[in-house]
Amino acid sequence: MTDAVVTAADVTHTFGSGPTAFTALRAIDLEIRKDEVLLLMGPSGSGKTTLLHILGCLLRPTAGVVTLQGEPTGSLNEDQLGALRLQHFGFVFQAYNLFPVLTATENVMVALDLMGVAGDAARDRARELLTLVGLANRLDAYPSELSSGQKQRVAIARALAGDPQILMADEPTAALDAENGLKAMELFRMLAHRQHRAVVIVTHDPRIVHLADRIVRIEDGRIAPESAAATVSPALAMGAAP
Amino acid sequence: MPGALHCGKSRGNKRDVKMSVQGIGIPEPQYRRLAVMPRWRSGMTLLIAWRNLVHDRVRLLVTLIGIAFSTILMGLELGMLLNFLHTTSTIVDHANVDLWVTAHGVRSVDLATPLEERRRFQTLSVAGVAAAESYLLQFAFWKKPDGVRETVIIIGVDPHAVMGLPWAIEPGRSVHDALSIPDGVIVDRLYAEKLGIDHIDQLVEINDHRARVTAFTNGIRTFTQSPYVFTSLRTARLLTGRADKDITYVLVRLEKGQNPEAAAAALATRMPDVDVLQPTQFSNKSRTYWLFTTGAGTTLIASSVLALMVGVVIVAQTLYASTMDRLPEYATIRAMGGPRSYLYKIVIKQAVVGGLLGYGVGITLVLTLAYLARHSSAAPQVPWWMAGSIAGITILMCAVASLVSLNKVISIDPVKVFR
Repeated sequence: MTDAVVTAADVTHTFGSGPTAFTALRAIDLEIRKDEVLLLMGPSGSGKTTLLHILGCLLRPTAGVVTLQGEPTGSLNEDQLGALRLQHFGFVFQAYNLFPVLTATENVMVALDLMGVAGDAARDRARELLTLVGLANRLDAYPSELSSGQKQRVAIARALAGDPQILMADEPTAALDAENGLKAMELFRMLAHRQHRAVVIVTHDPRIVHLADRIVRIEDGRIAPESAAATVSPALAMGAAP
Repeated sequence: MPGALHCGKSRGNKRDVKMSVQGIGIPEPQYRRLAVMPRWRSGMTLLIAWRNLVHDRVRLLVTLIGIAFSTILMGLELGMLLNFLHTTSTIVDHANVDLWVTAHGVRSVDLATPLEERRRFQTLSVAGVAAAESYLLQFAFWKKPDGVRETVIIIGVDPHAVMGLPWAIEPGRSVHDALSIPDGVIVDRLYAEKLGIDHIDQLVEINDHRARVTAFTNGIRTFTQSPYVFTSLRTARLLTGRADKDITYVLVRLEKGQNPEAAAAALATRMPDVDVLQPTQFSNKSRTYWLFTTGAGTTLIASSVLALMVGVVIVAQTLYASTMDRLPEYATIRAMGGPRSYLYKIVIKQAVVGGLLGYGVGITLVLTLAYLARHSSAAPQVPWWMAGSIAGITILMCAVASLVSLNKVISIDPVKVFR
């Protein structure tokens, strides 16, 4: 039995139409597996963020099939895709996008509120998640009172609010110093290996490649041939010769 | 089965529970182990709305001032309109009559034109009429002790009349006693200072004739700002120089059980060259004339609408700015899978809470001003139903103002949050 939770089969995505059409992804085949930290790497404009959108059900591919636990998502409407994301995905954004007017606990509670969890249950769960990411002593701090690393952890706690099977992070270490970047990656690894989640990270950051379980390099909208294997070396991911 | 993936919520609580719709689904996440509360109990959208509102103090201040300003203008303008509605027809509304007989084409009770007193006798000759009394109304000049003249409206009634008498009379002499004293006049306390009087039995001069203040009323306002001066019919004729046969209205009391419409028709048949009006008709005619024919009411209503528009613009502008500030967070909620309705709730609640706060400030000032002006001749009237209506209008105004922001929220692309 495969551990794949999300699969992309022959996925192509084209923006626009006619002479200005731009194909961002071409015939992508990829599996997202639980218990694994997968890095999507590649030069700017290579299509890795578009691939993240498609894998995360934020964007429908113009061709190909994306399945979540074996079920195709192609015919779901926008609301259904939203509900799917809410139930199965957690997102961590480069700019964190925390509500500046809410405390760390309340920011996590927003995600729980979206799922219908409110009141003391939500507050307890939010505190539990913030404690998990090492912010037990910053529960009532506002984002403006937190360091970049701490904001990132709040964003991760928020992403975990729905107990998602898949965590997707866009450049989660870009704004962090080396120490905090490594701490964030250790957290992602823990979430993948101990909590059996699938973690997909889009990154340019060479400092974290050694912490990945698998690295897929995207070039010009395609998966680079040398990274198609199940696991590749960090050096390969950075574009070095195999 | 393609497209059969179900995304709704179920009551299962284990990861391996299949979602039930269409028999196909994916394992349910563990978060269902948490206590799931009914959505209506969730206050998170209200919390976000509130924090958004108070986060930027300057913007909050602008919002509150805008809404309060709008509320104050609406409250005072509509309060004045209500005052005008009451004062333009107050003597009709308090005359306690069944029908008014007027000269043909009279537009307002204050703008009376002469009628011969024989009309009273003609009225009495119609079947169903129990009583008919003469009523004389005419503008006159009141000379104050300092020599300055003020315009007043003289109202002459029979001292023993049962209709058209002054009301709200202050303790002391009865209306009949006050009107029975030769040259006696009754004026309202609200206008005492304006007319230069301060005590009972004070001698005054009206149209170069001596008169005596024999009683005060309290609260009989006039729309024209020319105070009503009640006196006997005989004194009224003397003060205004009217002939003995001159009156301006005949006040009619019908026998019990008489249909006013049928009686009015009978009177009109008997006297085809006069108008016979029921009190509500005459009241509405007087109100319509002053409020709309003269433009006074139109101006007040237009000012209220303008105040409303100012409020809408200010709320819309500040709310839009706040929404724009929060677009990344709102896009994040959409990316996480939150429905648009969640964002609508935040925006609308923010508008409504801001509206209620501003309304609270504004209506407090309106009620305070109305209370302080209660003894003035043109006091705005703000009954509770009007305060409630303004609250409703304010909420509606804020909901309308939020449409611009909602339009922005509708167009949020969750993908943009990754850029």
